[in-house]
Amino acid sequence: MRVFAKLTLTELRLFLREPVSAFFVLFFPTLLVIILGSIPSFREPSADLGGARVIDLYVGIAVALTLAMVAIQIAPAVLATYRERGVLRRLATTPVSPLKMLGAQLAMHGITAVVSTALVLAVGRLAFGVRLAEQFGGFVLAFVLTAAGVLAIGLFVGAVVPSGKAGSSVGTILFFPLMFFAGLWTPREVMPEVLRKIADFTPLGAGERALNDAMTGSWPNLLSATVLVGYLVVFGLAAVRLFRWS
Amino acid sequence: MTVIEVRDLRKAYGETVAVRDVSFTVEAGEIFGILGPNGAGKTTTVECIAGLRRPDQGTIHVLGREPHDSTLRYEVGVQLQESQLPDKISVREALDLYASFYPDPADWRALTRELGLADKLNTRYVKLSGGQKQRLSIALALIGSPKIAILDELTTGLDPQARRDTWDLIESIRDSGVTILLVTHFMEEAERLCDRLAVIDHGEVVALDTPSGLISGLDTEQRLRFRPSRPLDDALLTALPEVRSVKRHGEQIEVIGTGNLLHAVTSTLAVNQIIAAELRIEQASLDDAFVRLTSRSGKE
Repeated sequence: MRVFAKLTLTELRLFLREPVSAFFVLFFPTLLVIILGSIPSFREPSADLGGARVIDLYVGIAVALTLAMVAIQIAPAVLATYRERGVLRRLATTPVSPLKMLGAQLAMHGITAVVSTALVLAVGRLAFGVRLAEQFGGFVLAFVLTAAGVLAIGLFVGAVVPSGKAGSSVGTILFFPLMFFAGLWTPREVMPEVLRKIADFTPLGAGERALNDAMTGSWPNLLSATVLVGYLVVFGLAAVRLFRWS
Repeated sequence: MTVIEVRDLRKAYGETVAVRDVSFTVEAGEIFGILGPNGAGKTTTVECIAGLRRPDQGTIHVLGREPHDSTLRYEVGVQLQESQLPDKISVREALDLYASFYPDPADWRALTRELGLADKLNTRYVKLSGGQKQRLSIALALIGSPKIAILDELTTGLDPQARRDTWDLIESIRDSGVTILLVTHFMEEAERLCDRLAVIDHGEVVALDTPSGLISGLDTEQRLRFRPSRPLDDALLTALPEVRSVKRHGEQIEVIGTGNLLHAVTSTLAVNQIIAAELRIEQASLDDAFVRLTSRSGKE
């Protein structure tokens, strides 16, 4: 346990030493909420959104954005870099299993995602009066399911790309369509019917919908939960199968 | 006591056979070298011993256990070729982290002093020179106070001074009772450090002996050069059974021969009251032995 804590702390330190990614993961989603929340009309209830305000929706979207950055942009690059540079191979010669190092990385990603999410929720609540998730248990469940689904995809990418650079590129290419379906540019509520149907089957579309369910007081819907578990199982298994230590 | 036993090791990667037939044993407390040209199968052999790869055929025992036995990780320290650390980790953090993996780690402050890293503790990995990275890698292999240290291409990338310092360190580690398995393609290093050597070429052991045994096994000629204190008749030297030929280069005399050439020539000179000034001996080196051994097997 002591070793795991130390590995996690080391991974956190290394993460914070990359100022650009640390800024984006920890503060950019909050910044997005602040910018959108500063537009007066986004703070007015809208009939198109069923009486919700734009800012209400974007708090959930910002949480999905946090998870997307951590799982799709950062995780594959770190994993592939460690493999490419022999960090994991070196660890395999010590009493500490490289699996523990991967666990420490997941813990580090989890911690940064939770901190960023807490910041988004706090600013949304304090600055713009966005209510905290009415169904808190549901919110936690939606958060965990979404994180697990996208991290499985991220680890899969990290397992199959040849280098850290390639991991970064593939992550960035995936990031934009995934975030599109999460409603970063057009919230799900105002998407055309066809897009909405597609979005329901994408990991972050499903994740955002589940998060939004919880924000408005219900448990995550069954379809979204099933889709997310599906991504976790399929990509998680594939990542485990295809992963090489060196 | 045998600490490493390799018998009939074979390992192929697809069609390419990296190791064909390698057997040797390493005794406790010795520095055992694996010498060979690039691509000879040295690294594959040590990776199998370190438990990173599974052999296709043959058996390996390390401290009486199978190489992938997880308890060996506490007793075998490994320094791998081309294995790096994250860019932004500092020397202190890396040492502290790796020390926490072991129940009874070495004092890493003392290690860094011996390896000349004491003033680099706060430096991040990416800012270290090639030699400093190499020395940190050696420190990490030794930090668990291992019984066996496996060091792959130990001094590649080090400058001559750092190389000599590292050799001193390896000798002092051996003196503390650690068995060392050293992979190298660098003759001077093998000759200076190793008690015994396995020369590997094309995936096979072509010779297994002490460095001096390998050299004397060559039975090559020796070359002696000197300037006599007064003129001397060639016949005086050519009469000696050890002497094959005598050549003159201005004032210098070059004597080529075998056996105990030096003793034969100098005692003859002494009897005739001639002093040999600027005396130099050229002997076969491990280099010669190595070239001879590896070129022979290359023709097969």
